[in-house]
Amino acid sequence: MATTTVCPAVARWVSDWTGPLGHRLAEEEAGDDARAGARAEVSLTPCPDGPLLVRGPVTVVGPDGEEVPRHRATVAMCRCGGTAIPPWCDGTHKVNGFRSDD
Amino acid sequence: MTTPTTTSHTDPTPTTASHRMPAPQPRGPVSTTLLAALTAGSPDDVDPGAHGTDPLAPVAAALEAVGIDGPDATAVVLTEDVQLALLVMYELHYRGVDGVDDAWEWHPGLLALRARVERPFEAALRARVPQPQCDATDAGGVAARLFQLAADDDSPSLSRYVARKADAAQARELIALRSIYQLKEADPHTWAIPRLSGVPKAALVEIQSDEYGGGHPGHMHHELYARTMRGMGLDATYGAYLDAVPAVTLVAVNAMSLLGLHRRLRGAIVGHLAAYEMTSSIPCRQYGNGLRRLGHDESVTGYFDEHVEADAVHEQIAGRDLAGRLAEQEPALRDDVLWGAALCLAVEGDVGAYAMERWQHGESALRVPLPAA
Repeated sequence: MATTTVCPAVARWVSDWTGPLGHRLAEEEAGDDARAGARAEVSLTPCPDGPLLVRGPVTVVGPDGEEVPRHRATVAMCRCGGTAIPPWCDGTHKVNGFRSDD
Repeated sequence: MTTPTTTSHTDPTPTTASHRMPAPQPRGPVSTTLLAALTAGSPDDVDPGAHGTDPLAPVAAALEAVGIDGPDATAVVLTEDVQLALLVMYELHYRGVDGVDDAWEWHPGLLALRARVERPFEAALRARVPQPQCDATDAGGVAARLFQLAADDDSPSLSRYVARKADAAQARELIALRSIYQLKEADPHTWAIPRLSGVPKAALVEIQSDEYGGGHPGHMHHELYARTMRGMGLDATYGAYLDAVPAVTLVAVNAMSLLGLHRRLRGAIVGHLAAYEMTSSIPCRQYGNGLRRLGHDESVTGYFDEHVEADAVHEQIAGRDLAGRLAEQEPALRDDVLWGAALCLAVEGDVGAYAMERWQHGESALRVPLPAA
């Protein structure tokens, strides 16, 4: 089985947030990453009745412990569990009656 | 076309034709006279003092004759002839028009003619789209109202039709119809950036940066759209299908330029963007599914797949940090934010309704049928 990037066990979670499908958010490894300069700028923004917006050097870790590649600087994590493109939001919360308590 | 021999403030080097919009075929007296005047040469070549002629006089006369200042102005301004003329005038601020000197962009006489068209155009749009009511004045409340407007939109669902029923020819027509805007996707809303400050400005830049590929030219959304077009055997040249699109499409694109180019209407262009983003991710999934049903692969569906994910991010930023915070920051703009959103839903809905109506009658949604793939 091919080995892909596996989040090291020493990774620190940036919050205790766990998505409906078991995804978590870890601190991105330090290094020559272009975004390293923005390291302090991690922000998590829960959107009422919608996704969790994530900005900054965060690694998304799947329930299997493997990193999920990010395609954009700001990502929206599904919170309703109904998305067809997990772990990302696809707007499904707008039609499945999802309500958040924030 | 002659080139001034004296020093000109314009770049004398011809712009690469592929980057400019092709000069369209006129659709009536206003667009005929306008295109004739603009392609006759640089405004710098014309010296009214010496010749006593105004190259735009025939355009003014044509506008007068069709009734642009008369009691039916709000109907006249929505005709394809006047809408095409307006689109050409607006295009001078974007990529330019083939054969038209860029010095026309800020020619006072042309700007005056544009204003004469814009006044009844805005009046027609205000009459078409009532002001949405809203009790909220805070960012979260305004965002919630915007999401509600988008959810309540009862325009016929073009995306659902494409997902389930559209045939290959109709799918190609849809992609051609949308190309007038999608090949300059995001540009009309970018005009708002220097007109904003603080949180709304940062929010708009965040959205637009993603629209423009986040530093990767190949990921720019209009580049992805061009890839979709090529994958379907369509001409991805900027403006290639301008002659084929109906008046409703011209109205939808011109509405964005009207809002985007006037600082006074910055609330409305922000609201327009919010509504556009809020009605994108789920429909884009349906468009992608429809194109897959018709046998297309990722090279064609990639644009739509990208928008499922991207616009689910953008709609959240656009709703609260952009539109909502702008309404908080400048309370006088709140109503225009909501109106711009309603306008987006209405004019985009008109395009979809037009296409579906034509298809249901077994007709083409384009003025000129597409050549076979």
